[in-house]
Amino acid sequence: MFLKKYLQDIYYAVKSLLIGMRRTGYYFTHHKEIITQQYPDNKDSLSLPERFRGEVVMIHDENNEHACTGCTACELACPNATIKIITQIDTTPEGKKKKALNTFVYHLDLCTFCNLCIVACPTDAIKMANTFEHSVFDRSKLTKILNKPDSKIRAGIE
Amino acid sequence: MYRETDIVQDTSIEGDLIINVGPQHPSTHGVLHLVITLNGETIKKIEPHLGYIHRSIEKMCESLSYRQFIYVTSKMDYLSSHINNHGCALCIENGLQIEVPPRAQAIRVLMDELTRMASHQLWWGANAMDIGALTPFFHAFREREMINDIFEETCGTRLTMNYMVPGGVMADLHPNFQKRVKEFIPHFKSKIVEYDELLTDNIIFQNRTKGIGIISKEDAISYGCTGPVARGSGVYCDVRKLNPYEIYSQLKFDEIIETGGDCFARYMVRMREMKQSLSIIEQLIDVIPEGDFQAKTKAVLKLPKGEFYSQIETARGEFGVYIVSEGGTTPYRIKFRSPGFSNLSALDFMARGSKIGDLIAIMGSLDLVIPDIDR
Repeated sequence: MFLKKYLQDIYYAVKSLLIGMRRTGYYFTHHKEIITQQYPDNKDSLSLPERFRGEVVMIHDENNEHACTGCTACELACPNATIKIITQIDTTPEGKKKKALNTFVYHLDLCTFCNLCIVACPTDAIKMANTFEHSVFDRSKLTKILNKPDSKIRAGIE
Repeated sequence: MYRETDIVQDTSIEGDLIINVGPQHPSTHGVLHLVITLNGETIKKIEPHLGYIHRSIEKMCESLSYRQFIYVTSKMDYLSSHINNHGCALCIENGLQIEVPPRAQAIRVLMDELTRMASHQLWWGANAMDIGALTPFFHAFREREMINDIFEETCGTRLTMNYMVPGGVMADLHPNFQKRVKEFIPHFKSKIVEYDELLTDNIIFQNRTKGIGIISKEDAISYGCTGPVARGSGVYCDVRKLNPYEIYSQLKFDEIIETGGDCFARYMVRMREMKQSLSIIEQLIDVIPEGDFQAKTKAVLKLPKGEFYSQIETARGEFGVYIVSEGGTTPYRIKFRSPGFSNLSALDFMARGSKIGDLIAIMGSLDLVIPDIDR
């Protein structure tokens, strides 16, 4: 009785191992099932979804105009103080004084890509870009100014 | 007050050996430090030392507004970040009496179950790797990658989502979402058979997990174990069944209970839970209601004065969020009840008297995520 159980155990043990090995052998001979991506060799064919949170960028149109009013909603929404907005007072042709954006400072090294600033923006001036290779040699290069030089606010945006 | 020098004093017992496992040990899945007292190869005592990845998240949350603090919780239990965010959002909605639209509820449940599956898949691979089988790790990551791609398309990130917000979800589902989930369901159904062939039926794996790390039903309750660890000992503790949130009360699924109480029972609970999650997704994916994905909320949230608690079932067990509000824009005090901490406390009880090689199998079956324990 003991011997029978002993031999039975050995039989089932060998069987279970062979079933597992059959699975391994299947993948050994079926190369089409390999799904490894050869990054960075496949850089050209690499596509990321449009919602991918790579970094915050400011949308500029062809006239070098953006939609940021300098309202600091994104700065208040940010949990890590990633965004710092410096504003200036502009005088319109009618002689009215108006707050406008001077510099949009973005600290990429502090950013956790939580998307709260994008959601908070009332004029959709900023968005998340698809870039993801952020390594640089100097940390100071991660502090970015998002509004391009000499860019202006688009007319009609309050 | 516990000091590092206390460990040294323990060495006075004749013939005992004190061994440090971790904090940089591959089988602890993070920076967990275990001080193990050994008699020969037999474990006499295990003392987990925490604090290597303590980021004082609870204190940090006190300085963040109710919208902001949710993103921090996805960095606690990073394998079920959707569910952590969901728990926090539930607690805030509970305090503000926000009615979540049906579409948002369905999306939340779908995301939760996908997260649970992704988390269990990673656990399956890592548990096998601890025990000595490396191949399952790559098999598990192949399926997890598909779920991560689905998340990436809809939420924008792969691990720390911050997708659940008070009142609903941050963005509507991506148009491809349903198509890709429907591709995933038959794929995973065929692959879970492979999981069983490779590991569950494997005699070496069974011998290493059956009868190891036994914890009885009463002890599991007294240590505060939740999730698959407690359900492996026969404790009915699924929050989705006991205290249904969102639309779980309308869905058909079983609470998985195993009565063995050993590592293999905990393993089987998680394997069967994956199939249950798959069936929940199958029920929901075709009948996602139309409508808003987010309820209208004020720009600045202010919880009324008082105390609020909500609980949610993560992949590891019950996750509780306790908020004390003084009526301001930030919480006065916040406390997270994380499942990993309670499950870890039972490790000493489970491993006492067993061999040191079994400790790795027991730790693997607990599914520890160290940032969740340390916070």
